[in-house]
Amino acid sequence: MKLTLKVWRQKNAQTKGRLETYVLDSVSKDSSFLEMLDILNEQLIADGEVPIAFDHDCREGICGACSLTINGIPHGPDRATTACQLHMRRFKDGETITIEPWRAKPFPVIKDLVTDRSAFDDIMQAGGFITARTGSAIDANEIAIPKDDSDYAMDAAACIGCGACVAACKNASAMLFTSAKVAHLNSLPQGKPEKDRRVLAMVGAMDEAGFGSCTNYGECSAVCPKEISLDMIAQMNRDYLTAKVKTFFSQKSA
Amino acid sequence: MALTGLVLVLFVLGHMGGNLLIFAGQDAINAYAYQLHSLPAPVLWGIRAFLLVCVGLHIWMAVLLTLASRKARPEDYRQKATVQATYASRTMRMSGVILLSFIIFHIAHYTARIIPGKEYNTQLTEVPLVQGGETMLKQSGDPIMTFDVYTMMVAGFQVWWVSLFYIIAVGLLCLHLTHGVTSMFQTIGLRNKRWENRLNRLALAYGWIIFLGFAAIPTAVLIGILDAPALTASVAAEIPTQIATLEK
Repeated sequence: MKLTLKVWRQKNAQTKGRLETYVLDSVSKDSSFLEMLDILNEQLIADGEVPIAFDHDCREGICGACSLTINGIPHGPDRATTACQLHMRRFKDGETITIEPWRAKPFPVIKDLVTDRSAFDDIMQAGGFITARTGSAIDANEIAIPKDDSDYAMDAAACIGCGACVAACKNASAMLFTSAKVAHLNSLPQGKPEKDRRVLAMVGAMDEAGFGSCTNYGECSAVCPKEISLDMIAQMNRDYLTAKVKTFFSQKSA
Repeated sequence: MALTGLVLVLFVLGHMGGNLLIFAGQDAINAYAYQLHSLPAPVLWGIRAFLLVCVGLHIWMAVLLTLASRKARPEDYRQKATVQATYASRTMRMSGVILLSFIIFHIAHYTARIIPGKEYNTQLTEVPLVQGGETMLKQSGDPIMTFDVYTMMVAGFQVWWVSLFYIIAVGLLCLHLTHGVTSMFQTIGLRNKRWENRLNRLALAYGWIIFLGFAAIPTAVLIGILDAPALTASVAAEIPTQIATLEK
C-alpha cells in the first residue's frame, strides 16, 4: 500500500518543530505501525537524511515505551492497543497519516517523536511504593487478600505508564496514570497503612509537575491500551478527600 | 467546582418548582413570591449572597482549571481528534459563559427590574394577596397588596426575544447539567463502573426535566395558554388615577 506520512520533526526541546511530509510506496498491510516507520527510516538513511526518532522497546504491547499520536489519537485508532500492536491493515491504501508526539508541558520533546516522561517517575517516587523491609520475601499466601480486592488491584496495576492518558486528555491531565498507581497500592493490605500519605504525596507531585486538571472528559480511559477505568480516578478523588479531612483533624503530619 | 455545582443544581430545581406555580394560577404564584419576599431581610439576602458566592466560586474555579489546562499544553496537536468525550463535556466553557450572560440579564430583568422599557415596578399595579382562595387582610381590614409577579412573567415572555433567549439559555443549562451532574459524582469520588451508566442517565434526565420545566412557561405564554391583560392596558388603567392625583 501507498502512504503519505506527515511526521513531527523536531531537533530538540529548544528548537521549534514542524510536520514533514514523506511518501512511502509498497508497504505491506501486514507490517506493524512501527515496522512501517522502520521502513521509512531505512529509506531516509539511504537518501542520506536523518532518520525519525521514536520510542519503542518490547513491541509486544507491555512495556509502555511507544508513544505515537496517530491522526490525533494516542496509540492510533484501535481500542486497548499500543501503537506497536497496531497494524497497517487498519489503514486504507493511499491514506494520509499524521504522526505527532505526546503533547504536554511536563513531557518535553527530546527529539522528533520522543518525549521525556520522567515526570511520571517523579510521581512514582513521591508515593508509588510501600515502605517494607527488603530481604527475603514473605510467603505469598501469608496475607490473605480477597479475590475481589486482588482483581481490582490487578486491573489498576495493568497500567504500563505510557502516558497516552495525558496525551489524549484535552487538559493534559495525569489523573488516570496517578490514580491507577494510587488505587493499585491503596486497595491492597500491604499498601493500606500508607494510604493517606501516598495519595496526598502523589497528587502533590502530579500538580507540581504541571499537568492539567481533570474535567471528566473520559478520553484518557478511552485511549488507554490497558483500559484503566475512570473508577480509579473516582477512588483517588475519594481517598484524597478522606486523607485531607483526616490530616486536617489529626495531630500527626501526613 | 462540584460543591458549588451541587448548590446550583439544587437551586435550579427549587427555582423551577416555584416558577411552575404559574400554571396553578395568578394567585398561587403571587402568594409564593410574597412568601419569599416576606422572609426576614437577613435570611433573604443571606440566601441571595450565598448563591452569588457559589456562582462566583464556580466561575473562579472554572477559570483556574482552564488556565492550568492551557498551561499544561503549550503546543497543541496539529491534527485533533475526539474519541468519546460528549458534546456537553467539550462545550462546558461555552455553555457556562452564555449562561452567565443570561443570569445577569435574568436578574436585571425579573429581580432588579432595571431593563429599560421593562421597569415592572412602575408599570404594574399591586394586586390583593390571595391564599387558598381567600383574600388576606391586614389587621385594619384592608387587603394585603402584593407585587403582581404573574403579570410580570407573562408580560415579560410575551416579548419574543426574551422568550427566545430564555429557551436557548435553559437549553444550554440542560447541556451543562448533563455533564455537570454526573461529573459532580465523579469529582467527589462517588462513582464506579456499576453506577456510571445510572448516573449518566440521571444527569440526562435531570437536565431534560430542568429544560422542559423552565421552557414550558415562555412556550405557554407564546402560544397563549398563559395570558394576562397586556402591559400597556394596565399602564393605561393607571393613567386616570395618576390624572386624578395630579388634579388633586
